[in-house]
Amino acid sequence: MSVDTATVKRVAKLARIAIGDEEASRLAPELGNILGWIEQLSEVDTSSVQPMTAVIPNHLRLRDDVVTDGNIRTEVLANAPQAEHGFFTVPKVIE
Amino acid sequence: MSDLTDLGIRQIRDGVADGDFSAREMAEAFNAAVAAAKPLNAFIVETPDHALAAADRVDQARAAGDTLPSMAGVPIGMKDLFCTRGVQTTAASHILEGFKPEYESTVSQKLWDAGAGMLGKLNLDQFAMGSSNETSYFGNVISPWRRNDGGNAALAPGGSSGGSAAVVAGRIAPGATGTDTGGSIRQPAAFVGISGIKPTYGRCSRWGTIAFASSLDQAGPMARDVRDCAIMLEAMSGFDPKDATSLDLAVPQWEAGLNASMAGKRVGIPREYRVDNMPEEIEALWQQGIAWLRDAGAEIVEVSLPHTRYALPAYYIIAPAEASSNLARYDGVRFGQRDLPEGANLQDMYAATREAGFGDEVKRRILIGTYVLSAGFYEAYFTQASKVRALIAQDFERAWEQCDVLLTPTAPSAAFALGEKSADPLAMYLNDVFTVPSSLAGLPAMSVPGGLDKAGLPLGLQVIGRALDEQGVLNAALAIEERAGFVARPARWW
Repeated sequence: MSVDTATVKRVAKLARIAIGDEEASRLAPELGNILGWIEQLSEVDTSSVQPMTAVIPNHLRLRDDVVTDGNIRTEVLANAPQAEHGFFTVPKVIE
Repeated sequence: MSDLTDLGIRQIRDGVADGDFSAREMAEAFNAAVAAAKPLNAFIVETPDHALAAADRVDQARAAGDTLPSMAGVPIGMKDLFCTRGVQTTAASHILEGFKPEYESTVSQKLWDAGAGMLGKLNLDQFAMGSSNETSYFGNVISPWRRNDGGNAALAPGGSSGGSAAVVAGRIAPGATGTDTGGSIRQPAAFVGISGIKPTYGRCSRWGTIAFASSLDQAGPMARDVRDCAIMLEAMSGFDPKDATSLDLAVPQWEAGLNASMAGKRVGIPREYRVDNMPEEIEALWQQGIAWLRDAGAEIVEVSLPHTRYALPAYYIIAPAEASSNLARYDGVRFGQRDLPEGANLQDMYAATREAGFGDEVKRRILIGTYVLSAGFYEAYFTQASKVRALIAQDFERAWEQCDVLLTPTAPSAAFALGEKSADPLAMYLNDVFTVPSSLAGLPAMSVPGGLDKAGLPLGLQVIGRALDEQGVLNAALAIEERAGFVARPARWW
């Protein structure tokens, strides 16, 4: 299966990873190679198979709808690259 | 170096309880071994004070006549994928460099509650993605083993739990935590001649463990022998309401249940695990393993797992798909590194942060995962892989009608040299051919050392069991261990 550099760049944009032309050309054959190898799955007849949704049968637990955590703003912000006035900060989004 | 570092988990626990030595002496001996092991590059952060503080608590408890918990006085290595409060946790990535969690992972907390102390945070493949420990931002881990050809080539300790494997084999820690998504406990354990078990999916809480592929990730112990693994797995396991897939079951007493007799047990040999180009020595070891289990009283039966060859391609859709979703959280806003080019907007900041923060293999997997989940491809790739995964699990279900455990080699080769496979991502992926199917099915599986190849490097045998039958897996591994008499260890060169 062949993957072109435009596809690599489109996927990289979806994944929010900046990628230059040179890197895209390097990655294109690599990804093509891996996706080509994965392609063999299509030969398995799965028409009567349900996709696996739970590895080990388990039940979804419910808990009471009560507050069990909170009031830890300092801890939440402790590892932020930039925090101001008790908030995470990011570049201006709206002019 | 003191002989104390030759002791394993059980010997340390019992020796501390009996007063043969203090927990502090033990922590000091292993701290010294850690400090002397820098050439292996196994630790990202060393935490000698954590080990000493834990030891002092144990010594005080003993002096006060308190009952000691199950791993009292045992210093261990912690894979740097487990969040540890106040101690840098990176998953061997640049994007998390400097991240000091404000909380403790459930698995590490359980180990501290059991009286263990931490020697340091162990190097690994970046975000646990790799089979050779060559994708870490902090450099390769060097295996303590060398080939007997006098060449001194630096060998891979396996991956992703490469630091864990190196320190246990090198007598730098009596045990270490690992995590296994497609073989990351078992393959490195095999490469360095130690034991390691991945329990049933859901036994160990995933809370506070940095996520790679959530439907596959399981923590487990890596240690010198089967008994030590049983002790440590008991300490790590147990229900956790903070993990939605945690199993709400009591933890069995695996150590007390150890029994090397295989009388009345049937051992399945899956015929599809005879792969092309497998070294003769691995085939020979497999046959030897069969003979050992027969000697232990087991009946040997050939079984078929017909979808085995589709396990790896299914894995390389499911794991990257889950990874691309899990790793979306690294955005440079809440934690970790941020890259903010001059004049960049929010979207530019995300893209620059992730470009600078992730290594090549991580990016490759995020891109593959994003591709297979993207509009128009989801059904053909992800849904198809999830169906094939169901067929693989069904193969195992059918096999359990004929046998109690399965015996296979752990890996299709002994340890390779660093750099030998890193140029071809696909060749590296194929190294997980024997470990991935049981991961997809969530089954307990263990690697136990069987012998050495001609180059003097360890080879491992894998035992796979039914869901929740860790005991059956441990017992078969014990039967092998008792007969293999594996005592080889790497000569110290570091």
